[in-house]
Amino acid sequence: MVTPLLWLLIFGTGLGSAVRFGGVVGGYKTFIYPGIIGQTILFTAVFSGVSVIIDRQYGFLKEILVAPISRPAIVFGKALGISTTALIQGLILLLLSFVVGIQMTIEIFLQSAVVILLISLGLAGLGLLIASFTDSMEGFNLILSFIVLPIFLLSGALFPVTNLPSWLQIAVYLDPLTYGVDALRAIILKTSVLPLYLSVAIVSLFTILMVLTSAFIFSRREQELM
Amino acid sequence: MEYIIETKDITKKFDDFTAVDSVNLKIPTNSVYGVLGPNGAGKTTLISMLCTILRPTHGSATVNGYDIVKNPKEVRASIGIVFQSRALDDILTGREHLEMHAALYGVPKDLREKRLEEVLDLIALGSKVDEFVKTYSGGMKRRLEIGRGLIHHPKVLFLDEPTLGLDPQTRESIWEYIQRLNQEEEVTVLMTTHYMEEADKLCDEVAIINQGNIITADSPSNLKRELKADTITIRVDKAEEFLERAKSLAFVKDIFEADSEIKIMVERGDYLVPEIVNFANQHNIFVNSIELEHPNLEDVFLKYTGRTIGEGGR
Repeated sequence: MVTPLLWLLIFGTGLGSAVRFGGVVGGYKTFIYPGIIGQTILFTAVFSGVSVIIDRQYGFLKEILVAPISRPAIVFGKALGISTTALIQGLILLLLSFVVGIQMTIEIFLQSAVVILLISLGLAGLGLLIASFTDSMEGFNLILSFIVLPIFLLSGALFPVTNLPSWLQIAVYLDPLTYGVDALRAIILKTSVLPLYLSVAIVSLFTILMVLTSAFIFSRREQELM
Repeated sequence: MEYIIETKDITKKFDDFTAVDSVNLKIPTNSVYGVLGPNGAGKTTLISMLCTILRPTHGSATVNGYDIVKNPKEVRASIGIVFQSRALDDILTGREHLEMHAALYGVPKDLREKRLEEVLDLIALGSKVDEFVKTYSGGMKRRLEIGRGLIHHPKVLFLDEPTLGLDPQTRESIWEYIQRLNQEEEVTVLMTTHYMEEADKLCDEVAIINQGNIITADSPSNLKRELKADTITIRVDKAEEFLERAKSLAFVKDIFEADSEIKIMVERGDYLVPEIVNFANQHNIFVNSIELEHPNLEDVFLKYTGRTIGEGGR
């Protein structure tokens, strides 16, 4: 929980005083607040995929695999567990909104919670998907650094996504987290690029796709992994 | 049901390598059945197929009457497994492992407490059960794993190398435990091992597997009787010559070389040791050492594969 606060307080304040930022009331620090929530759940959710690899290395995964439960159920269980952690972190950040001078209401809190849960489920699915393809911790970390950092940087967590060069614009709109951050911004700051319903729809689609794909791949792969 | 596990030409290939080759086994209900073979013989692959982790390339098998390919869920519900490599989570306590396992296998809530007590009684972890698994000794971890495999009252318990890497004392206590288990609970035990001693001591029936094939299967005493022989192991300076000459001796039932030693099968070895030494002397062959052994499963294995079990099978 320290990392996101450092981002907000140091990076937010630091860069905020270096650039003139007229986008939202409260300045740059306030602007990146939803983005930092997105970043926190991104890192937590995707990195938690590593638990599958740890379980595999410890042999504990086998114990789960021979239990009379279906493979998709295992993946759903993992994804739900991971997103619970991410959700709790998100909620704590929401409660700390006074740090950046945002008035938290019950309505904003609940709406944000739903969006956070949706995004974390999707990202947990992504993490599990990567984990089902890799056999070692090193491999997992390698793939992650190629995926997680770009997802974070391209999500518009740290800068407005309007007025970008077109190559960057395209990349930004291909990033699923963009829509998550935009949805959070719509709820918390009442300002967004896309309408809230559209962002939520795209995030939901991503989540369903990720969870189903990882369940499918996991069922196929694990049969031959022992 | 007379046989709780039956396999029919079950085969597993990994690319070009055939790990298990058309194995047919019939495992009687409530027996302790041993699959004996060197490392890499296909024991674990065979067990992995029977407990539905691996799909057979072809062939089929039934466990507790359920087909392992068509009804994997029912198979998994009727078995308990203790893997060769340990499958525990360091950050859980022994009790948590047992509770989680009971929940995974759908043991009804009101029964769980009772089952837990039952198992704890059996595996005798004492107060350690509420401590993290990382503080356990090797033997305690093994006992916990075996106990966990039993909590849902499986019909078959698979033990893959249950005493691998344990010290002799712990091994003894696990053996006793397995024997008690088989007598007190209605459970068939299928175990793999490469310790001859272990198979000899525990198993009602033993299948010897080498390079993916079942070479022979019978009770340990029958297998040994089949050898009809004591083994005289002799080291001489001119092995080839000795081998040729000794073949003609009337009392030699079988003679072969293994590990630069010559093994001679005879019926009553006690009387023949001096005779063999004299015979060698007559032909100017110097005897380095001579040893008499009554048969054990090691010899059975040797006879069928031409190798000692330690040499491995690939």
